Parts: sequence; C-alpha cells; structure tokens
Amino acid sequence: METIIFSLLNGVIYGLLLFMLSSGLTLIFSMMGVLNFAHASFYMLGAYFAYTISGVSSFWLALIFAPICVGLIGAAVEKWGLRRVHANGHVAELLFTFGLAYIIDEVVKIVYGRNAVDYRIPDLLDFPLFELFGAQYPAYRIFILFISVGMLIALWFILNRTRAGLIIQAALTHPHMVGNLGHNVPRIFMTVFGAGCALAGLAGVIGGNYLVTDPAMAVQMGPIVFVVVVVGGLGSLAGAFLAAMILGLLQTFAVAIDATFADIFGFLGLSQTSELGSITIASLAPMLPFLMLVLVLMIRPRGLLGDREL
Amino acid sequence: MNNSIAQTNANLAPTGGQKFRQRVLPIIVLAIIVAVIPLFGPSRTVYALLSVMGINIVFALSYNMLLGRGGLLSFGHAVYFGLGGYAAMHAMRAIEHADGGFWASYPVFGLPIIGFAGGALAGAIIGWPSCRRAGTPFAMISLGVAELIAAAGFMFNSIFGGEEGISGDRMNGPELFGLSMGPVSDVYWFIAFWLVVGVAGMYAFTRTPLGKMSEATRDNPERVEFVGYDPQRVRYLVFIFAGAFAGLAGGMAGVYFEIFTPEAVSLVPSGFVLLMAYIGGITYFAGPIIGAIVLTYMQSMLSDFTEAWLLYLGVLFMLIVMYAPRGLSGILFGLTGAIGNGSFGEVAGKWAMQLLGAILVFLGLMTLIEVSVRWSNGFGETFEPFGMHLNFGNPLTWVLITVPLALGIYFLRRANRETEEVLA
Repeated sequence: METIIFSLLNGVIYGLLLFMLSSGLTLIFSMMGVLNFAHASFYMLGAYFAYTISGVSSFWLALIFAPICVGLIGAAVEKWGLRRVHANGHVAELLFTFGLAYIIDEVVKIVYGRNAVDYRIPDLLDFPLFELFGAQYPAYRIFILFISVGMLIALWFILNRTRAGLIIQAALTHPHMVGNLGHNVPRIFMTVFGAGCALAGLAGVIGGNYLVTDPAMAVQMGPIVFVVVVVGGLGSLAGAFLAAMILGLLQTFAVAIDATFADIFGFLGLSQTSELGSITIASLAPMLPFLMLVLVLMIRPRGLLGDREL
Repeated sequence: MNNSIAQTNANLAPTGGQKFRQRVLPIIVLAIIVAVIPLFGPSRTVYALLSVMGINIVFALSYNMLLGRGGLLSFGHAVYFGLGGYAAMHAMRAIEHADGGFWASYPVFGLPIIGFAGGALAGAIIGWPSCRRAGTPFAMISLGVAELIAAAGFMFNSIFGGEEGISGDRMNGPELFGLSMGPVSDVYWFIAFWLVVGVAGMYAFTRTPLGKMSEATRDNPERVEFVGYDPQRVRYLVFIFAGAFAGLAGGMAGVYFEIFTPEAVSLVPSGFVLLMAYIGGITYFAGPIIGAIVLTYMQSMLSDFTEAWLLYLGVLFMLIVMYAPRGLSGILFGLTGAIGNGSFGEVAGKWAMQLLGAILVFLGLMTLIEVSVRWSNGFGETFEPFGMHLNFGNPLTWVLITVPLALGIYFLRRANRETEEVLA
C-alpha cells in the first residue's frame, strides 16, 4: 500500500515534469513540423542558468529569470538559425537541431565542467511536509506539483481563452490561412519556439535540483521527451499530457516492482537462474518509454489523441 | 526524323570509355592508393589511423545508402554495425575454441562476411516494422530501437558480454594470403581488402535496379507506387543491405580491435556516423569517404591538440548544415567543376572573400574556445599562441576574439549579398 501511494505521488510529479518539458515541443512540432532535438538541451540550460542565478541571488529570482533567458536563446535560434535551414526541408531542420544539441552539450561542459554541479533545493522548501506510513515526504516535490499544475492551467487558459491562443491554434493547422489573414506567421513561430524553450527551461529550473544537474541530463531526457510527443500525438496537448502521465507512472511503478521474469513467467518453465528469467521488472524501466514509442509508431502512427499522422 | 531521334538518344548514353572512367576507374584508383601506402613504410600510429579510417569509410558509406540514397534519416545505424561486429566476435571465439568442424577451417580473414550476414539479419528483423514510413516516423523508430538495443546490451551478458564486452584473439585458425593477422601491417592488408570490396560493392549497389529505385523512392514515393513498385518494400530491401554493409564494417572493427563492448550499439557511434556522412556530403557517393577520412583524422589527431575538439566538430557540422548542405565534397567538386569549365575567374573573387571570412570567423571562435577551455579547467594555464599570454583578464584576448569575428561575419555577409545581387 505504501509503495503504491509513494509511487503514485512520485509518478504524477515525474509525469508533470515530463509534460512541462514536452508541451513546448508538441506545440513546436505540430506547428512547424520540427522535431527539436535540442529541446532537452534547453531544459539543461534552464537548470544550469538557475544554478548560476541562485548562486549570486536567490532561487526565486532564478525561477523567473532562468526560463526567460532560455526562451530568449530559443527565439534567437529560431530567428537566425532554424528559419534559414527551413528552406532545405525537414531533414535539414532535424539535423540542425541535432547539431545544436551537440554544441550546447559541449559548451555546457566547458563552462560548468564535466561533473554534476551542486544545484540545491532552496532552504525555504527543504523540509519534510508530511509523514506517511512512517516515511517523510519532502515539501519540494509538492512545490514541483504546484508549479506544474499552475503552468498547466496557465497554458490551457492562454491557448483556449485568449486571442493570442486562438491565433496559435489556428497556425497549428492552417499556417497559410493565418498568414493570409494578416498575421505575421514567422513571428508567431518564433514566439512559440521561444515560449516552448522557456517551458523546457522552467522544467529544468525545478527539475534540476530534484533530479541531478550534470551535462548528461539533456542526453538522458531528450529521447524520453520525443516519446511523450510521438505517443501523445501530433497537435494534441491533451495527448501529450496523457502520454507524460502514463510514462511517469509506468516508469515509477516499474522501478518499484521487484519481481523478475521468472516470477511472472515461471509457469512457462522459465527458471530463476536463466539469463532471461533473472531480468527484473525494475531494470526494464528505462526501456519502457522506447518500447512504447516503437509500438505506437507501428500500431497507431497518429498517437493517442493526435489529429493527424506523423 | 526517327533516325535523328535515335541518334540523339544514342549520343545521350555514355560511351564505353566514359563508363570506364566514371564507374570503374575510381575504384581502381582507390585500390592502387591503399596498395601503395605500405611502400612508404608508415609507422604503427599511421597504420592504426588508416585502419580505423578504412572501417569508418565502409560504415559511413553504408549509412549513406540510407540517408543520401534512400532519404531515410536513421539515428540508430550503429545497431547494425554493433550486431554485425558481435556476430564476428562470437565467430572469432568459435574459431579460437574449435577443434574440427566448420569453424576450424574458417579463416579470421573472412570474418567480415559473418558481420555482413549478422548485419543483414538484424536489418531484416528490425527493418520490417521501421520501413513502413520514411521521414520523421522512420527517424523516431530508429531512435527507439537504438535505445532498446543499447539497454538490452547491458542485460544479455551471454551475447554482449556486459560492461567489459566480448574479446577474442585474431591470431587463430587457418591463414589466408599468408597473413598471420598479428602485426598491424598484416591487419592493414585485411582492412584494405575489405575496404575495396565494401566500396566496390556499395558502388555496384547504386547501379542496380534496386539502388535506382531507392533514389526514386526518396524523391517521390507516390510516383514510385504508380510505376508499380512498393516503396515500403524498396525501403526494406535497401535497409537490409545498409545493415549488412554496416555489419561488414563491424566485422572489420571486430578483427581490428579484438573487442566489442555494448557502447558500440549505443547512440554515440550512431551520431558520429551521421556526422561523418553529412559533413562529407550525402549527395555524392564519395562524400562519406571524405567525411570518414576527415573525422577519423580529427578524432585521433585533433583530440591531442585540444580538449574541445567535439565542440569544433559540432560547429563544423552546423556550418555545413546551414551554409553548405552538400558537404565538403560539394565544396570540393564545386571548385574542381568551376576550374574545369572555365568559370573559375568569375567566382574566384567571391570564394576568396568567403574563404577569408570563414578563416577569420574560425580564428575568433578558436581564441574564444581555447581561452574558455583553459579558464574552465582552472589549472591556471593560459592559451599561448605565438608567445602571447591570453586569458579573460587580458584586453588583447577580447580584441583577438571580437575583431576577427566581426570582420569575418562582414566578409561572409558581403559575399552572400553579391551572390543575391547576381541572382536578382
């Protein structure tokens, strides 16, 4: 029982973090058709910027300014880089973001070093919030929960209840029509790209000290973010939310299960000592997202709630 | 009338001499080059470098069968390189421990064939679900599969050997061509042989109907369907061949290194082969060869000069993607083409300006990167080209960073503006 409740809480928090990371990518991907390889690098930049800013001032300023910096960098990349490559087609764009991820990785290694930096939870939030079944639950995780849910509501409100959101939604499916109506579509693209990167940066700010802030965090997170976007489906934030939640819960629950293949398939004669039988469900957890990715692309290429095929 | 049309058609077809010059001669030249190199008595280091280059050339060319010829962007090509290599490593161990039977009479020299078969088998199994669609879905499936195989690499120790991988000894079994496979010079001949076989095989593949259909499928899958071919099947077959040639390279690597670890199937070599093929130029057959030579050289030589060589590599890749989508070979062939047809004088000025701009930008960036690397290490080292002491406290550093950068960008922009004016 206690495993289930803790896994549930942690899974929801991890899922919300994943959603915050991937919501920007879903918007960018649906609108411009660019699967941004560097998206997780912006997440990493967010964490490192927050580390720098909280070092000289406070975490709360970092919470505001780190995502803004990341968003500005993202907008600049779109304006001076991606837009140029756009003429050469989707493969060139994918390769551009691939190279960008490479460069950001190396620059971060040069500036901040190869080892993890000491980016800590602010003292104000560094206490156990409540006790469940004798185990303490850190307040910072609940803080992540609140920030993520707040972001979720704000995003929903902007996209569905404001004029800017209406234009963005229209540009998702009919960019030419939106352009003909007199809106500056390249600027919409730039704004969405910047905002998407800022969201990834925000995820980095609150996730960097919850997980770990090191130069490998982009490489670890990058492919998982793709899984969320592809499984969720093109053009669907709700789908991305669903996929992020499923992934978050699936991974945390898998880690908590101690059973091996032999325990489950023992009735088929799989022995505990054989190589296949001794694989634990917990060790499969990192593979689950990619299994999901491949299966969804094979069986349902439009994703869970996507409105069109990839 | 009919006669004249027939005549023009006949004129369009290449003559026997042209066919020989364009299709056979380059392979012969390659064979002569690799055969002549040992006459210069290269050192062990050079042999090692050349052998790795040979492996990477075959690997990059096999990747280009997908990306350049088939239009399929894969992020997991090292899977086939690795699985082919593992197949060869297991075969090498079988040769080592064989007493009688098939493996006792199998020479180590022929292990790349096992790698070829292993890569083809892996391609046939994994390719079936991946090749239904081209473009982004294909790229994503290849990424997912690469992650799955990489994770599996640390789970199935009997196949992948866990952390320490699988190692073998190449000096077993019957000798072929009198090569004991012990010294690097023997291994060089082994690599050279399979390099020529691999390059010739992959070039021959581009001339087959399947190779031609793969290019057609890349350009317009719908029309391919109208003509009566199944694009999915074309992609699948091309995928198997690309996997097989990657496996061949894996087999070469297995014999050369005598060890294979699960890192070989991870995303890192998959990304590296993408860089090799794209920087070399994916639109030319020879592009990946140039890319493999340049990047292998950078990997082994530049990494001695600077710690930040991966950053230089990333910057080079980005510049190629943004300004020269046809890669290094595109620049090279553009240059030789212009000299050949006499228009060199017209474009020389522009190219000189672009070259000047590029060199200046590179100098500025290099100063910035090198000074940053030393600052980041924190050992108090300074970057000292030509006896200057450059660090971030020195105003001269900032002059040497900003002035070349600004001038270089100015020249590049001016050269581009002139092109646009000519086009307008």
